Amino acid sequence: MTSSDVRIVSPCGILGYGFPEESFNRAFEYNQKVHGIVVDAGSTDAGPHKLGAGVAIVSRRATKKDLDIIIKNGVPRDIPIVIGSAGGAGAKPHMEWTLDIIKEILAERSLTARIAVIWSDFTQEEIIKANHEGRINPLTPNIPALTDEVIQETNNIVAQMGHEPILEALENGADIVVCGRAYDPSPFAAVGIYHGKDPGLAYHLGKILECGALCAEPGTTKDCIVGTLKEDSFTVQSLNPIRKCSPISVSAHTFYEKEHPYILHGPGIILDLSQCEFTQVSDGVVEVKNSKLLKNNQYFIKLEGARKVAYRTFVIAGVRDPILVGKIEEIEELVMEQVRDYYEDIPEEDYSIHFYNYGKNGVLGSKECTPFHGHEIGVMFEVVAKTQELANSICSSVRSTFLHYGYENRKSTAGNLAFPFAPSDVEFGPVYEFSLYHLMEITESPFVIEYL
Amino acid sequence: MAALFELAKVLRSKNAGPFELTFDILFDSKEVYERVKNSGKINKQTICELYNLTEGQIDHLVFYDQALGIKITILRDISSGTVGDRDVYGAQQHAPLMNILID
Repeated sequence: MTSSDVRIVSPCGILGYGFPEESFNRAFEYNQKVHGIVVDAGSTDAGPHKLGAGVAIVSRRATKKDLDIIIKNGVPRDIPIVIGSAGGAGAKPHMEWTLDIIKEILAERSLTARIAVIWSDFTQEEIIKANHEGRINPLTPNIPALTDEVIQETNNIVAQMGHEPILEALENGADIVVCGRAYDPSPFAAVGIYHGKDPGLAYHLGKILECGALCAEPGTTKDCIVGTLKEDSFTVQSLNPIRKCSPISVSAHTFYEKEHPYILHGPGIILDLSQCEFTQVSDGVVEVKNSKLLKNNQYFIKLEGARKVAYRTFVIAGVRDPILVGKIEEIEELVMEQVRDYYEDIPEEDYSIHFYNYGKNGVLGSKECTPFHGHEIGVMFEVVAKTQELANSICSSVRSTFLHYGYENRKSTAGNLAFPFAPSDVEFGPVYEFSLYHLMEITESPFVIEYL
Repeated sequence: MAALFELAKVLRSKNAGPFELTFDILFDSKEVYERVKNSGKINKQTICELYNLTEGQIDHLVFYDQALGIKITILRDISSGTVGDRDVYGAQQHAPLMNILID
């Protein structure tokens, strides 16, 4: 390590996933300097629910355990701490939830820190205006164009920030930067760019570090990794000796959950990794070169928003009778018809009934090409409806109809379903969908920074 | 002949955002990667047949030589985590690729 190298520690893949404290402490062995502790807290992977409902995907208890280790080490050493996409989705309720935990830890440890809060929320009016100005487009062709009605039904609208507001917070001396929704690599890139490192390398390193030790072997999001930015390269190394980085583990991570292997789009940037070289420089240490950042002429940010689409009630059951297994789909169709006839007073568009036959085509659905060979099927059926009461009522009818349905050639006249639980019906609550997943063109930064 | 899962080091699927699914096939030797690439078996037609897709539903099919990897990205029928979705993380969609036979 030379005096100009910049070392960034990523404790885990999502704040609240947990990590071994011994791994984290290794970052400081031999009085090595650490220039930033950066942790990503967000993802759209778990679906639209946490953005729509304004809740986290990890527990408060686990998040506090992780943050406590980070804060008690970072703050006394004057190492900036950056949290990307706080609370899981980076909207106002997620930010407030995270800030409450941070304040509690600072008070318990009698520490003081200058906190920068970067909000990423947008009002419905702002989005409607931008949409009317033609500044908003769907990210992919399977996303519907935006209407005023959809925007009005969408709460917790956020946009992914780039490194710029985070860099500004660091330049203003923030000890802890709590970011709203951020492009996953941006909080890491901001630390590198703050120290004058190449933005292409800084962003690519951010892409590698944001999942914790997933870029090592054996990979996990629940362990620590350190990245070192140098003059014309960066290196990555696990902070746990049981995990090693190799050229394939690091290049595999460059692929991870992105639509293209070497052209990555972020806020205002395109990351071109087509000329990258991945080299093993020592045991468990991989060096990466030639990551390039291209600036877009227009600056687009990605909007995310979720709206409530229905309420769900579901049932899980097993089917072992070979006659029933043999014609399961046909019988499910008949069950559905009988329930629809019974509820003829309810408009059909107010609810829908879905069957998932685990063991047959439960995972791939219509994409399943492998013939069915099993002797047992796990059946899950759900009713999604306009209200929870309606979902509960119709699901109850589907369950009782299915349980006692007298199909042709039936021998097992006592019942068709094996329930693992009593009661059998599970009230799920609201179901959301990503109603906003669009690019919005901007000319000036819409992200507001507040210092506490 | 060998099945793709025997030759690949990593063969996986995952969401690339809520509206796309991406498949990664990675190799730990240049020789095996070249063998798979040159076999011509990984192409849009094969993917369409395996997943009942039309070519328009395939966003990318890219060979990345430096990383010894192949990436395929398709459009999701139903966005992640809403009504009718069967795989919120998209993490179990890779299985049909495993048995592609390579010369």
